[in-house]
Amino acid sequence: MDFEDTPEEAAYRAQVREWLEKNALTIPPATRVGVTESKAWQKIKAAAGYAAITWPKEYGGMGGTSMQNVIYGQEEANYNLPGNVFLIGTGMAMPMLMVHGTPEQKSRYIQPALYGDEIWCQLFSEPGAGSDLAGIRTRAERDGDDWIVNGHKIWTSGGHYSDWAILVTRSDPGLAKHKGLTFFLVDMKTPGIRVDRIKQISGQSHFNEVFLENVRIPDKNRVGAAGEGWKVALTVLMNERSAVGNIGMNVGVDELIQIARDAELIDGPAIHNAAVREKIADWHVQTQGLKYIRFRSLTALSKGITPGPESSITKAVSAPRRQDLAAFAMELMDMGGIIQDRQIVPYRAAFADDWLYAPGIRIAGGTDEILKNIIAERVLKLPGDVRVDTGVAFSDLPTGR
Amino acid sequence: MNFDFSDDQKLLKDQAQRFLNDKSSLKVVRRILDTDETHASEVWKGIVELGWTGTTIPEAYGGIGLGHLELCMIAEELGRSLAPVPFSSSVYLATEALLLAGSEAQKQKYMPPLAAGEMIGTLALSESTQAATPRTMKVSFDGGKVKGVKMPVPDGDVANFAVVAVKTGSGTDEKSVSLAIVDLTGPGVTRAPLRTLDPTRNLSNVTFDNAPGELLGAQGGGWAIVQKVLDHAAVLVAFEQVGGADACLNMAKEYALNRYAFGRPIASFQAIKHKLADMYIKNELARSNSYYGAWALSTGAPDLAAAAAGCRVAATEAFNFAAKENIQTHGGMGFTWEFDCHLYYRRAKWLSLSLGSHLSWKDKLVSELEKRNAA
Repeated sequence: MDFEDTPEEAAYRAQVREWLEKNALTIPPATRVGVTESKAWQKIKAAAGYAAITWPKEYGGMGGTSMQNVIYGQEEANYNLPGNVFLIGTGMAMPMLMVHGTPEQKSRYIQPALYGDEIWCQLFSEPGAGSDLAGIRTRAERDGDDWIVNGHKIWTSGGHYSDWAILVTRSDPGLAKHKGLTFFLVDMKTPGIRVDRIKQISGQSHFNEVFLENVRIPDKNRVGAAGEGWKVALTVLMNERSAVGNIGMNVGVDELIQIARDAELIDGPAIHNAAVREKIADWHVQTQGLKYIRFRSLTALSKGITPGPESSITKAVSAPRRQDLAAFAMELMDMGGIIQDRQIVPYRAAFADDWLYAPGIRIAGGTDEILKNIIAERVLKLPGDVRVDTGVAFSDLPTGR
Repeated sequence: MNFDFSDDQKLLKDQAQRFLNDKSSLKVVRRILDTDETHASEVWKGIVELGWTGTTIPEAYGGIGLGHLELCMIAEELGRSLAPVPFSSSVYLATEALLLAGSEAQKQKYMPPLAAGEMIGTLALSESTQAATPRTMKVSFDGGKVKGVKMPVPDGDVANFAVVAVKTGSGTDEKSVSLAIVDLTGPGVTRAPLRTLDPTRNLSNVTFDNAPGELLGAQGGGWAIVQKVLDHAAVLVAFEQVGGADACLNMAKEYALNRYAFGRPIASFQAIKHKLADMYIKNELARSNSYYGAWALSTGAPDLAAAAAGCRVAATEAFNFAAKENIQTHGGMGFTWEFDCHLYYRRAKWLSLSLGSHLSWKDKLVSELEKRNAA
């Protein structure tokens, strides 16, 4: 038992370090902010194979292992580089096309996505279909060689700067829910597409909603057969987990300890208060537990085997903890915890920011409740819920408001 | 990255599981629960024959000279099986104390019989219904004689000798505490089993009336040694807790899959699914913290105190939660003497209190974190 690289991993890490040393600094720090800079960095990575380490070489990848991908990520994190806006393309859409795409689609889309010439977004969720994604209503109707699409998509990260989207639609409401879906690739510049920013409760805008009004999509942009869209969407969703990176925390247990040292309660520093110490201990072991679960998964990857199911608990633990920890840090500041002025509050009010952001993390990428269903059904092999929507035409399902 | 046990270590775990399945079923646990026997002596004999009692004892002292990682694998299976044997007292506490602080002569004297199962040791720390601290402890050691009452002493009725935490001075600071090895079968020692919430593991009242003892470690150094012994034991007991918690999850799952209500298995209700998912989450957090504890213990890492407290806190949380929610999942049947749920409920509490309370370990963990942040 140790935390060291194998000789092969160490050699790969050295190679990555050498390459980053030479190439990462060719982008001046002052400009490492926008999509243009992201594209420039992606081109450099793609040319060297680092933009798609695990892809087969025939698609321009490095043909490497998941462990090599992890090592590259660890090393790249040491540099202040432009953000990666290509993950939906390279991590989800293109791996899906490699499985379900036609030869023409593969040769048309994969290289531009890899080299950062085209950014992709995902038009899946709708206001009425989130956890139950197969309940989408965006309608696609055949019109000669085209399809006409009408509907409303939401939670589209990067929708406002994306060139292309993967889109799942309902092509036949007369069939059962999972049967009448069809999958498309759509040019975001097509007339009839409108992208609006969503203002979150935190005041920020990380997502968009996308309105589609009589959007014309050529049939050659369909992926998979008409009515087979759910199968294609599932391929994307399976890759979503591996593509969506760690949701980082700005402030955690260390910062909470500092707040507890600085804050005076009526009987002395908060750090000496038993209730405070108990909370710190609980969150510390949760944080450490997740860290060592990651190490266990990496160990499996390092041995070339599929990691066990233990990493499925990560977001179910970290998202609620983030919300609770932030709320407790604010509690220690007493009335002052309400203040969100960055000049006044410790850590530039990061705990208040986190408290406002955390409700979204508990929902995005699988709600707490869905994640527990997944653990129960896929890990513990418990039966699925009794369903009332199978074998019924989608159009006959009750809809509520 | 190689943050896992080796194939050989896992093989040892499988062997341990097979042996305990075969020789230490819950039937055996129930026999100890329902009779006056202090432990399952035939299981203990088998354990000694397998060499488990000498796992961490060097070959020079009659052990098999493996390491703590191997001992962790055995501990997980002992925890899973609820084996009613004095293993933790003799191996995690007494043996570790001698390995940490014993003189050459003491090691020569005690280690071979400990490895061979001819002697069983324990640690006598607690004195009443409050935590033992340098301020609260009263048992004295003066002129080579121990005087006072220790209670509860784990396996106090089974052990041949005890490492006894004693006061060697009138002070109330850490330097007033020393350790003395006392022959529990010798003069001046009276032992009586205590009525406890888990009769499958012995706890005893041990009265010392000028019982002869010899110092273990330096005079005044006892408290520091005890803390180290407890750190070591915390990691090993955490593996027992992880094993027990895993057994509870499996038991709850099997029952939920086969118990039907409202026309469907109760395992298909989200209230039950989420409960079992919560058990799994806590168990995995405990297991991962425990792996780190095992690494820190086996390498003597400077971080051992924090690592030990971390796995102790996570594993106590996991086993207590799994044991109580296992009963809940079983409904009314889980509350009957006949069903096995209560065996885990009892053992979970026994383990979570036997090295000091959940609250005290959380406090200790934060103290370690404070030191780290100060440095």
